[in-house]
Amino acid sequence: MIDAVGNPQSLLLLGGTSEIGLAVAAKYAKRRPLRVVLAARPSERLDKAADDLRAAGATVSTVEFDALDFDSHAAVLDKAFGDGDIDITVLAFGLLGDAEQAWQDHGRAVELAQVNYTAPVSVGVLLAERLRRQGHGRVVALSSVAGERVRRSNFVYGSTKAGMDGFYLGLGEALRGDGISVTVVRPGFVKTKMTEGMKPAPLSATADQVADVVVSAVAKRKELVWAPAPLRVLFSILRHVPRPIFRRLPI
Amino acid sequence: MKPQKLTGWGRTAPTTAQVVHTADVRAIAEAVKHAGPRGVIARGLGRSYGDPAQNAGGTVIDMTALNRIHRVDAEAGTVDVDAGVSLDTLMRALLPFGLWLPVLPGTRQVTVGGAIGSDIHGKAHHVEGSFGDHISELDLLTADGEVATLTPADDLFWATVGGMGLTGVVLRATLHLNHVETAYFLVDTEQLGSLDELMARQSVDDEKYVESVSWFDAVTTGPHLGRGLLTRANHATLDDLPAKRRRHPLRFEAPQLLVVPDLFPPGLLNKVTGRVFSELWYRKSPTKMGAVQNITQFLHPLDMFGEWNRGYGPHGFLQYQYVVPFGAEDVIRHTVRRMTETGKVSALNVLKRFGDGNRAPLSFPMKGWTLCVDLPVGAGVHELCEELDELVLAAGGRHYLAKESRATPEVIARGYPRLDEWRKVRASVDPEGKFASDMSRRLELS
Repeated sequence: MIDAVGNPQSLLLLGGTSEIGLAVAAKYAKRRPLRVVLAARPSERLDKAADDLRAAGATVSTVEFDALDFDSHAAVLDKAFGDGDIDITVLAFGLLGDAEQAWQDHGRAVELAQVNYTAPVSVGVLLAERLRRQGHGRVVALSSVAGERVRRSNFVYGSTKAGMDGFYLGLGEALRGDGISVTVVRPGFVKTKMTEGMKPAPLSATADQVADVVVSAVAKRKELVWAPAPLRVLFSILRHVPRPIFRRLPI
Repeated sequence: MKPQKLTGWGRTAPTTAQVVHTADVRAIAEAVKHAGPRGVIARGLGRSYGDPAQNAGGTVIDMTALNRIHRVDAEAGTVDVDAGVSLDTLMRALLPFGLWLPVLPGTRQVTVGGAIGSDIHGKAHHVEGSFGDHISELDLLTADGEVATLTPADDLFWATVGGMGLTGVVLRATLHLNHVETAYFLVDTEQLGSLDELMARQSVDDEKYVESVSWFDAVTTGPHLGRGLLTRANHATLDDLPAKRRRHPLRFEAPQLLVVPDLFPPGLLNKVTGRVFSELWYRKSPTKMGAVQNITQFLHPLDMFGEWNRGYGPHGFLQYQYVVPFGAEDVIRHTVRRMTETGKVSALNVLKRFGDGNRAPLSFPMKGWTLCVDLPVGAGVHELCEELDELVLAAGGRHYLAKESRATPEVIARGYPRLDEWRKVRASVDPEGKFASDMSRRLELS
């Protein structure tokens, strides 16, 4: 059970090698004893992530999870819930890829759409079912400011995040009466392996800083947060910039 | 049946359960017998701050419909009541007979069942003990659907007192009452300029008063750290009352001024408002002896404001209450100092001396100081509470389960060394663990 100040006893990380997701798990593990389930494809990175969390004092198990294998998702979640209630689920899997390749390579575009949108929908529906059954739970969906106003520079990725963002905001509304809260997190540029080699955008953050935002948002049962917070102001302005001007902005 | 979202009074960790609301004891027994894998728990008026009266994914029995007062014996001073009767209703019914509930907590909005499950205490603890000390008999619906009538000779009776509803559903109880001439108190209020003065003064003459409690200021720093008001009182006799009130000496004066609307933003209670409140509250009551006050003025000032918990905003708040043995005054000092240092603004701060505890393994009170503060949920609250937990436990103290909402199983197990003894009694009547709550899962009680 989650406690009054938002500390969970158990956490499921879908995308078990996500740096932001692992930083969230590490923060909770530092606060109180935590059981973590990491769902990801088996890899050395996954094993290392599990070992690191164990070293931080958490009890860790792993579940094999392939975002593109939609038919397996129900079984994956059943396994994840097999050892008891899941207090917090962090949805942290996704692909970024090369933006120019993404809109010109059919296979790549479909893959991005499936991993970043279809899979979160598939998992979201199954997750909601299980959380309603246990009567509680919090969900953290890692979205992106890229979905808030989709830009030419990465519109395939941006459009998948826009869809995913909308789905989880809607899921949060649908689950309001069930005592389940969904927090959609919109980070800006985060310096992680996913963005390695890219030039950091203004208001960039580290995975650790995003994790701080997540922990505080979960405690307050917030529905939507930006990381860092000033991005909210920036994007609420950008959202209304007329297209002829918007396309000329160096973003 | 639609699942219903429930929280405690602190409005912090909502979960949903199937809620059964009935006055039919047979229907309650059926709900217990047919409880699903996530179990069942009874709920009263929801005044526990944390999660003991909610049961995510399971069944919650709302007991407030079971609310008959069966029999009052004015001469012997006893009452036979259903568990869903509130102390407010009960007091109003008993006062005309000159009868008084010996144990009254900071609000009258609790049920008899809840009072037993939490073994509640009040400002009279040093004289009267806790709620469980005044029960001669109680009916407990156990996991098998049968009703057992228990007396203080039974181990199960004491496992139920303070047992947070996890031994079964209390259906009915017979309580011992005190006789009073009036519904008023003769109150001595003393303004004391620092925490040490406050504690020193409270340690003198406490036994001369039935009721005794301190409010302290947790905002002001410096030499006046922990300044406060000590209020102590005895029941007023007929002769103590002014002529005007003598005509209706047993009148129950308990106005509810307003119901607090649910529109307060988070952070309303901040350093500035907290300082203003503390200053005003301290100044409003200069030292004064022998003032006549009514029940609400003296015992339950917060009952004037319905749903006052909404004032803390949508993120909710928690109440941190512990007891430490006499001699561990440093823990109290440290708490007040850390509260002011970390800027955690608490307005309702209570300090009281407890008398001896009772036989119940999970009863909270024990001889020593109890301190209680309110903390709106926000950054740093977790860290502050963790720091204080360690000091409380090292001093041999413990936390009050009716207020508890964020500790770990280890903290509770250390604070309640008789937890295993309680578990054994509980397991003997509920081997499958039918009675379960969010609290029992969070703190691994059963």
